[in-house]
Amino acid sequence: MNPKDLGTYAKNTWCPGCGNFSILNAMKAVLAELDEEGFPIEKVVLVSGIGCHGKIVDYLNVNSFYSIHGRTLPVAMAIKLANPELKVICFSGDGDCLAEGLDHLIFAAKRNLDITLVLHDNRVYGLTTGQYTPTSPQGFKGKSTPLGSAELPMNPPELMLVSGASYIARGYSHGIEFLQKLFKEAILHKGFSFMEVLQVCMTYNNLYESYNKRVYEVKDNDTSSFDEAMRIIRSWSYDGPEAPIPLGKFYQVDAPRFDQIFPGFELKDLGEADRETEIRKVLEKSI
Amino acid sequence: MEDFSTLIGGIAGDGINEAGLTIGHLFSRLGYRIYMYYDYPSLIRGGHNFSLIRAAGNKIGTHKEKVDVLIALNQETLEKHRERLKDKSFVIYDADKVKPKESKSNGCGLSVSQILKEEGAIPIMKNSCILGGFCRVVGIEWPVIEEVMKKHIPNKLELNLKVARRGYDSAVEFCRMEKLDQESLPIMTGNEAVGVGLIKAGLKAYVAYPMTPSSSLLAFMAQSAPDFGLKVIHPENEIAVMLMAQGFAYAGIKAAVGTSGGGFCLMTEGLSLAGQAEMPVVILMAQRVGPSTGLPTYTAQGDLHFILNAGQGEFPRFVAAPGDAEEACYWSGTALNMAWKFQVPAFILTDKSVSENVYSLEISASEVKAEAPLLWDAQGKYSRYKYSETGVSPLAYPSRKGQVIKANGYGHDEYGITTEDPKIAVQMADKRLLKGQALAKEMGNYETVKVYGKSGGKAALLCWGSNKGVCIEAGEQFGLKTVQVVVLSPFPAERVKESLKDAERVVAVEGNSTAQLARLAGFYGIHVDEKILKYDGRPFSLDDLVSEIGRVLA
Repeated sequence: MNPKDLGTYAKNTWCPGCGNFSILNAMKAVLAELDEEGFPIEKVVLVSGIGCHGKIVDYLNVNSFYSIHGRTLPVAMAIKLANPELKVICFSGDGDCLAEGLDHLIFAAKRNLDITLVLHDNRVYGLTTGQYTPTSPQGFKGKSTPLGSAELPMNPPELMLVSGASYIARGYSHGIEFLQKLFKEAILHKGFSFMEVLQVCMTYNNLYESYNKRVYEVKDNDTSSFDEAMRIIRSWSYDGPEAPIPLGKFYQVDAPRFDQIFPGFELKDLGEADRETEIRKVLEKSI
Repeated sequence: MEDFSTLIGGIAGDGINEAGLTIGHLFSRLGYRIYMYYDYPSLIRGGHNFSLIRAAGNKIGTHKEKVDVLIALNQETLEKHRERLKDKSFVIYDADKVKPKESKSNGCGLSVSQILKEEGAIPIMKNSCILGGFCRVVGIEWPVIEEVMKKHIPNKLELNLKVARRGYDSAVEFCRMEKLDQESLPIMTGNEAVGVGLIKAGLKAYVAYPMTPSSSLLAFMAQSAPDFGLKVIHPENEIAVMLMAQGFAYAGIKAAVGTSGGGFCLMTEGLSLAGQAEMPVVILMAQRVGPSTGLPTYTAQGDLHFILNAGQGEFPRFVAAPGDAEEACYWSGTALNMAWKFQVPAFILTDKSVSENVYSLEISASEVKAEAPLLWDAQGKYSRYKYSETGVSPLAYPSRKGQVIKANGYGHDEYGITTEDPKIAVQMADKRLLKGQALAKEMGNYETVKVYGKSGGKAALLCWGSNKGVCIEAGEQFGLKTVQVVVLSPFPAERVKESLKDAERVVAVEGNSTAQLARLAGFYGIHVDEKILKYDGRPFSLDDLVSEIGRVLA
């Protein structure tokens, strides 16, 4: 399968130079590759929230559920529980799943269900034209905080590590091959995989120059070590201009998953006659 | 006696609901039809709880103020319910805790603590002692209680039976409840009946966050999950609940959710998504007293207009308000069928009374079967939102080789790709309207409005939901007909008009302060002359309504 075949007739409306193009192209390449390797494209379901990131499902000719702001993960989890054969990949923004839908993100990690979340972290609200988000640095001057935001930024990988995510990585929209490698790893990981992409918004928060100077790829780290992952993750706190920014896989462990643990979770398909027999038993008990 | 009321009261933690249910089972064994009203405040230990169990020859759905037997596990029960005693009522009490003062009633005290001590029984077994005594008082033979306890209180059965026998032997006979010549029926809460109806119609997943008075459906579904192969999930909040239900629907799994007003507030954004993305979902909305936390464990009918209008934008919805357990079963199954047939949200709108009170249920009166939704014929390229005459697009679920299934909460085209094109926006809005019309047409085959009692009377009672039972019975006393509107959306205006046309006056009976059904009917040109409204969180007793009707008709 040629990645180009995964496009749709939808007109792309992202700004020129938007980091989302890298995510789109890397994802096309990975999905095409997985299809070639025997994981058929029709078994993939994409779920997106609302924000610039969300448009990605319109640009990929793949099964999808274009959900609402902050609500990708509950939809994705139910799809996976309904049909465990499907690969479910969520796309979400930093406003989407760190502000509006933070509860679902923590619970998705806690449940460790076998789905993937790609966080398009541009650290600004794009579609609503430039407000601070949970990952904007303190002092960010946006339309809702003209004097600078008062809050310290959130560190999403740190939050995911303590919440129980079993795969945590960070990529950067400048560097598509590296992104592809991480996407594939994240999708193939068994458990909740959290894949942050530092995705640059050209219009409202152009951080290319700053990122280009500071990003580096972590190598030879012990990805099974919680403490080492925490140390690497905390080495950059989304604030201040100086600290180097680690990219790569920070953490990957094999941990029990919700669907493995949940008792009696096998979906039994009772025919009408069997169902009626069981119902008669319930009624008999109530006499 | 073919109409017998028993009240058992004590503190929360005394197991009053369970004891009431056992009394229901005892009478049900003798062929009586049961209605049990369970009243409890929102706390776990202490406070005053009571169950009022009415047993009658015919099906009933309301309670009477006065009781024949009062069972007082504490002094407070006696004080609070003294006025319910008739000249000939009988009081059973825990002699260690209750000091009866009245001479008006017969009674017998059981030395419960003494008996428990002698038998080496634990405190909660006092209910067995009291129930044993109760059976003697109302003339239920020992083998009946033995059988009921074996079935419903199987834990530590031998000791429980011993304690019950001591109670039985210590009490005196007050009356004799004769066995009726009719079959024993199951007794169930409305919520359990909702569960049975949904499962009958092919439910595969139930998702809910606990909230009174809907939580007992979550418990029922969780218990039933292994036998019926259900996926039952209790996620982080009601927002997740509503969205998970749609993930299930997208994947072809029939799902339902359950909540009450506050939880439903959180579901409204997801409800609107279901409207736009055309995702079938069933919602049990069990009303309680609002606004806000209100009176969490008390009943109300205050959310009708909220449910009819919840969610931004315009989209069709199905709303049915069952009036008892049989209707709860039937209309829940029907709601699931309608949700999938028309790809719309479908509500089962109950209140605390229907959800948590106990009714006799004859399953043949609630027969409902799973109906197949419109499925894609696998010809050509699949489009999730394909236009059709009825507005309903054929369904396909992932994965389908060579096909792409796109659901979308944005404005979208037939294929499911986002568009803000004005022409398509209108076509899609019209598609949703068409579905609403098709649903309304389908409802022509259902008994959306029910009429009871004599026609041509001076007045007709207009009601919905849990007031069905009390209206029928009070109406009969005055020779009035009762018109119960079961389906509230699409509103069966013509049928309601037809049912009311021979009534000189229309009296709305509702559990809210603004007469919400009367307002809705008014929108369709149906005039309501009088309103009898109760909004203290308690259901109408038969006596309440009889006296109100008397006042209104005078």
